[in-house]
Amino acid sequence: MIEHNRQDNLEGRDRDTIVSTGMDFSEKERSGSFLQQDSGLMFARSLSDGLEIMEIKEALEKDPEAAGYFGANFRSTGRDFDRETEGGYFIRVKRGHTIEFPVQACLFLKQQGFRQKVHNLIVVEEGAKAYIITGCSASHSASEGMHMGISEFFVHNGAYLNFTMIHSWQESVSVKPVSIASVGEEAVFISNYVCLKPVRDITMYPTALLHGRKARTSFNSIILSHPGSLQDVGSRVALQAEETQAEIISRAVSLGGKVVARGHIKAAARNVKGHLECRGLILPEQGSIYAIPEMETDYRDVDLSHEAAIGRINKDEIEYLRCRGLSPREAQSLIVRGFMDVGVLGLPDKLKAEIEELENSTLKAGL
Amino acid sequence: MMLEVKNVSVEVSGRLILQGVDMHIRKGEVVVLFGPNGSGKSTLLKTIMGFEGYKVISGEILLGETRIDGLPVEERVKLGLGLMYQHPPQVRGVKLAQIAGRLSGNAGLIKEMSERLSLSSHLSRDINMGFSGGEMKRSELFQLILQDPGLLLLDEPESGVDLENISVMGKVLDGYLKEEGKSALIITHTGYILDYINARKGCVMIDGKMWCVGRPKEIFENIRERGYDKCMGCDDRAQSAR
Ligand SMILES: Nc1ncnc2c1ncn2[C@@H]1O[C@H](COP(=O)(O)OP(=O)(O)O)[C@@H](O)[C@H]1O
Ligand SMILES: [Mg+2]
Repeated sequence: MIEHNRQDNLEGRDRDTIVSTGMDFSEKERSGSFLQQDSGLMFARSLSDGLEIMEIKEALEKDPEAAGYFGANFRSTGRDFDRETEGGYFIRVKRGHTIEFPVQACLFLKQQGFRQKVHNLIVVEEGAKAYIITGCSASHSASEGMHMGISEFFVHNGAYLNFTMIHSWQESVSVKPVSIASVGEEAVFISNYVCLKPVRDITMYPTALLHGRKARTSFNSIILSHPGSLQDVGSRVALQAEETQAEIISRAVSLGGKVVARGHIKAAARNVKGHLECRGLILPEQGSIYAIPEMETDYRDVDLSHEAAIGRINKDEIEYLRCRGLSPREAQSLIVRGFMDVGVLGLPDKLKAEIEELENSTLKAGL
Repeated sequence: MMLEVKNVSVEVSGRLILQGVDMHIRKGEVVVLFGPNGSGKSTLLKTIMGFEGYKVISGEILLGETRIDGLPVEERVKLGLGLMYQHPPQVRGVKLAQIAGRLSGNAGLIKEMSERLSLSSHLSRDINMGFSGGEMKRSELFQLILQDPGLLLLDEPESGVDLENISVMGKVLDGYLKEEGKSALIITHTGYILDYINARKGCVMIDGKMWCVGRPKEIFENIRERGYDKCMGCDDRAQSAR
């Protein structure tokens, strides 16, 4: 339980917004928590052996190893990154530890016009396993705000990380996360992205580098796009070692907003496998979805494929459900809920049910 | 009178498909509809059900006292109509169990019927996704029984189903129809279903018109021996309306 005096600074409405990104203040089934508002730390603590969770500043000051990770994924890919960040979290799961309950982290935007810029480091050491659920959200007061988040993931040999990011912004906020993951031998990195609330614009194109043999990754996104929102969301995977595998799955529903669903898989080694799947539904006439699946290979012995289907809900399906007594509205909502199936996220049952619940309440209001 | 189709003509995509069709089904009656491919049988069922794009340009359709042409599909369902599709669509993301639960609050019945129709493991699957032809038909019958309509419209219930499963389906259907006051209109090509149900009336549709009315087994035998051409020579046409 996060002490009440720590929560006291949060207004009821803000609390609800934070809860809507998966934060559970009771911490009953959580292994650790982190909450930052604008650039200030609200709380950070670990409830589990083998899990460290703290503000990035603290980690960089006291731990040279953490400092070594900072920027490492950018250096290894020859990319530059913004050094003017303030805050962010450092999460490390120690070698061989399985963290039973999810770790929760939230970056909250409060002040009007605030430009939040964070740098996060997530390290899962050899053979360790963890689920992280992280929320990014904005207060109703935070109009014209901006969030820029850099995240670096290090999933070491034989490790498993399931990282679920839930965005809950509002109409006037701009969001630009940048993330790079490096995934070692026989390691698994699952990256889920769920965005159900309005936003002005989001641009993100997280990258995973699978440099260890038999590494696997999947990127799954579930996006609901409201009128006026632009969500340009994709993922990129470089299969750099033999027998690596990647899957990029996206489900987008436009309620009038614009979605660009990108995906890029590059086979840079032999015997690798990659699959892209993009499905999009447009409900009203003015929505738009642009699916851009890309694949490339330098080798012949690879297995890369993609499938994409976008458009309106098939009217035969609606008619079929009406024949079973559902109204057109009920039929549409049933199909949309099924379409945005959280089953693809590879979550443990409890967490899956929580996210299903978030989705249900958003869809109930949205459709 | 349960259902009355009175002098109904139907246009689909600007093409006249049904021309002045008359037919009626009494309460408790099972009527079998024969006819060559493309003659308009499915069109008649979809029109009765109220599918989009099936435009009634003349005539009227009554269910009991209520005129139903013009009502939305789900309103007709509320009045007691139920359709078993010839070619049901796949509905991605919607589980058979979800629909079953909406159609019937009786968990015991859902369990029993899914077991009888060998669909237990299909309940957790998306409707018709990857179902075989026979599985689709069984799932259609399953849903219809749970829906419990007063008038069943069955479009080729046994097409693509193996003999063993036809027997299972036939028995389930017969059991259901024996309940008091259930009526049905059944389209069949193979005639197999006739071995399981007690149907006293049959009619033949050719080129969008209703031709003869008679005992279903006799009609079926005639068609088998002499084809549909003979039906067209039949002078019964005028009688078919009544
Ligand atoms: N959506 C449609 N658009 C145009 N023509 C159609 C459509 N549906 C059916 N038809 C035509 O209507 C006629 C009757 O079809 P149908 O009722 O399916 O026949 P049956 O069930 O007796 O085999 C056929 O010629 C068919 O091609
Ligand atoms: Mg047909």
